[in-house]
Amino acid sequence: MTAPLIEVKNLQRYFGAPAKPVRAVDDVSFTIQPGETLGLVGESGSGKSTIGRTLLRLIESTSGQVLYRGEDLGAASSRRMRTLRSKLQMIFQDPYASLNPKMRVKDILGEALQVHGLANGKAARAQRIAELLALVGLRAEHADRYPHEFSGGQRQRIGVARALAVEPEFIVADEPLSALDVSIQAQVVNLLCDLRDRLSLTMLFISHDLDVVEYLCDRVVVLYLGRVMEVAPTAELFARPLHPYTQALLAASPKPDPEHKSERVALKGDIPSPMNPPSGCVFRTRCPHAIEACAGARPELRDMGQGRFKACIRDDIVINTSLMAA
Amino acid sequence: MNSPITSSNDPSTADTASTVSITPRLDVRHLSTFFDTDEGLIRSVADVSFSIRPGKTTALVGESGSGKSVTSLTLMRLLSRTAATQVSGQALFTNRAGETLDLLALPEPAMRRIRGNEIAMIFQEPMTSLNPVFTVGEQIAESVRLHMGLDRSAALAHAQRMLELVEIPAAAQRLHEYPHQLSGGMRQRVMIALAMACNPTLLIADEPTTALDVTIQAQILELMRRLQAETGMSILFITHNLGVVAHHADDVAVMYAGRIVESAPVRELFALPRHPYTQGLLACLPAQQRKRELAAGEVGAKRRLYAIRGQVSSPLAPPPGCAFEPRCDHALAACREAMPALESAGPHRSARCILVRETATVPALPVETA
Amino acid sequence: MKIPLTLKKLFRRRIVLAAGICLLVVVLVALLANVITGYDPNETAVRERLSVPTASHLMGTDELGRDLFARIAFGGRYSLTIAALTAFGAIVFGTLFGLLAGFFRRLDAPIMRVVDAMMSLPDILLAIALVAILGPSMLNVVLALVLVYSPRVARVVRASTLVVRELLFVEAARAVGVSTGRILWRHILPNLMSPILVQASFIFAYAILAEAALSFLGVGVPPEIPTWGTMVAGSQQYAHEALWIVLFPGLAIILTALSLQLLGDGVRDLLDPRLKKSL
Repeated sequence: MTAPLIEVKNLQRYFGAPAKPVRAVDDVSFTIQPGETLGLVGESGSGKSTIGRTLLRLIESTSGQVLYRGEDLGAASSRRMRTLRSKLQMIFQDPYASLNPKMRVKDILGEALQVHGLANGKAARAQRIAELLALVGLRAEHADRYPHEFSGGQRQRIGVARALAVEPEFIVADEPLSALDVSIQAQVVNLLCDLRDRLSLTMLFISHDLDVVEYLCDRVVVLYLGRVMEVAPTAELFARPLHPYTQALLAASPKPDPEHKSERVALKGDIPSPMNPPSGCVFRTRCPHAIEACAGARPELRDMGQGRFKACIRDDIVINTSLMAA
Repeated sequence: MNSPITSSNDPSTADTASTVSITPRLDVRHLSTFFDTDEGLIRSVADVSFSIRPGKTTALVGESGSGKSVTSLTLMRLLSRTAATQVSGQALFTNRAGETLDLLALPEPAMRRIRGNEIAMIFQEPMTSLNPVFTVGEQIAESVRLHMGLDRSAALAHAQRMLELVEIPAAAQRLHEYPHQLSGGMRQRVMIALAMACNPTLLIADEPTTALDVTIQAQILELMRRLQAETGMSILFITHNLGVVAHHADDVAVMYAGRIVESAPVRELFALPRHPYTQGLLACLPAQQRKRELAAGEVGAKRRLYAIRGQVSSPLAPPPGCAFEPRCDHALAACREAMPALESAGPHRSARCILVRETATVPALPVETA
Repeated sequence: MKIPLTLKKLFRRRIVLAAGICLLVVVLVALLANVITGYDPNETAVRERLSVPTASHLMGTDELGRDLFARIAFGGRYSLTIAALTAFGAIVFGTLFGLLAGFFRRLDAPIMRVVDAMMSLPDILLAIALVAILGPSMLNVVLALVLVYSPRVARVVRASTLVVRELLFVEAARAVGVSTGRILWRHILPNLMSPILVQASFIFAYAILAEAALSFLGVGVPPEIPTWGTMVAGSQQYAHEALWIVLFPGLAIILTALSLQLLGDGVRDLLDPRLKKSL
């Protein structure tokens, strides 16, 4: 078993008053192996975006550790962090907001190169920029344009090029497709796959779109209200979810196929506030299989074998598999 | 119930007329909305024709720039009246009393009597669609008082019934709460309650669940389906989410660059899409990819997704012929010459593509090219 | 000649176009003063004092027989220069502090309290006090007015900085590893240009009026220097005899300030929706 590239240990991120904090991330742990694409799924309040940002220290964690190749990122000095940033990059959700509207593409990419001392000299830089643009399917002359001259899909490609400019090992993709049209999403997914394979990238793919996660990821972590509900290899998670929340999530995402009969497991009620999470298992207020014991202690993330983990005290729930596959 | 305005020579309504002579709830004919901007003329909506059957849901599907939102705003006459906006066409709406009116030709006071009353609309962002300085109850009551002439207490009581109808718990209490005190899903329910308050015959829902979480989306869609079954209202559902369309629409009209490129009943559309854009759209979904792999017996092959190449042309520089031609894998030289007309492609189906007309068989589903 | 879209949009409203033309005329007259007028503004001709506007003296003469048109044209140079320097200084100073206050949370409270204190004093009183302390001269008037108007700019810049700071591309720059200084200079500042430009045009207008007021009250520029304000101040006692000697400088002040304000309105209208579109 090779050493993981990224280790997240008991990560917590609370916001607001210490007396009654917003528990955005509440004791989350997982690892990411080199070359792996890990999916992070959840709805609002799940903490997935916060985890992504905390991983790269764009937000400071309240407690817990994030280790990159064994090095504690939280303890790194700002100088060390800057060097590390060339290894850990991010692709952002909103392509319309993630590029400075006053900077040309070549300045945006050039800045990334300059910060890390790559491609010094005017000619070398121009060439590297052209290479990066070609890598993401854009043309060299696009370098002279401003972001508003591009479409959403193209802007996202520029965002990808910026992330790749510093030659990272690990990329956090924070809902990179949500703001794009369906037909453009496919293009960007293909691009990410190509790059991942070509450059041997490790990825954390944050999304709420289960279909894309199923397509793209090797393993999936399911989050609810800042806690991990289930972890599993992709195929197993989608074929045989062990946690009631995962099942509800899968049932709620409508498959684009009128013939596909989906189980109507519409969850009742709203997602609870992260300021006031239910005691014990946070999902119990909406769980169709909740029992009294669920309100007691917080369920541990139990190892179910074969890389599968679930945070549920019950083992006797029958998950209807008729809604999966075919 | 024959309306003097209906004409059955129009191919776009030929199919509706050939079914049992049910007057459609809404019959849109050759709707066009052009905007004259500094940069040029933008044809946001061009020659759009579709109809919505009573008690059924028609989905208007399209990506950005397709004109689907502008279509709904045009129908509701909510576009700002400036000299730069040019609207043409007809929108024949059959109201509760059985009269057929052209929404686009009505004087404004008459249109106001219809809005919120006969035709209601819900929007994508419930936070900005609800007035933050009025309580939820007051907003619903306002609509009720306006259209049904009830006094304040009767209107509030009705508002509470509406909140209960949309399954908001503790409705009596919620009546006096402000929008910011409610969650996104709750607010959308309030929007639906507001829309349902006067028992509309047509609900226009413009991306009502796009901003909501998946599990909440499922609840809202269930709710809308139940309300439709109970009241018999029609729904015009505008979305880009094909999953939602597959399970909640009866008829589908696909829009691209301001035009309808295909329309069909939902099952037929998914089973056999006829327009290359529709085919491409369905093919590029990861779920469809998996389906194809399974059908071909190659599970987990993880091939590249099919992707429609290129992107939508700028509305200021449309292609000379078919708008989709630059991205189409089946394009012929003839496609560049003229915009194809929307023609019948089978029972209750139409498509805007010369290939559909010329070939008896449909162009094959695109196969992934490495 | 192809007019850039920006200018077309800016001048779409006729009044803004009129304001622009008016301002252009004023500036040109001031710049080309020695070419346009035939007279030395300081040359006295006591025999022709207080003469009504005629063909030879387009705006008449003042109490010392000096040609009024020449004085206004040359005076324009002084008035416009003072106002321009004020606007420039206020922008630089105000932006600096607004940026710091908006970006660094710990600096926010101290800086803004000073700003609030300064803004609680009426502009003119503060200016008078400062000039009284510093002594009357063109430079001191500029300094005083810069001090008076910087807080206004600082407040606006701070508000915009608070917004821009949270935008995604700033976070993206941090993710790439860009240093804070560079973020301020390359990412935040350029995106503040819209509110800054609007402020600049308004401050320019206020400065014209303020300098005139100060000079009129005798606590501005020394009376030897012919700004529009000193002209009104110096000639006011003869106004009942010869209205034009205060009318024309007064008109110059009003027209210039008004044009600047209207232009400022036009610039703001232009930039606001555009900001949304390009952002």
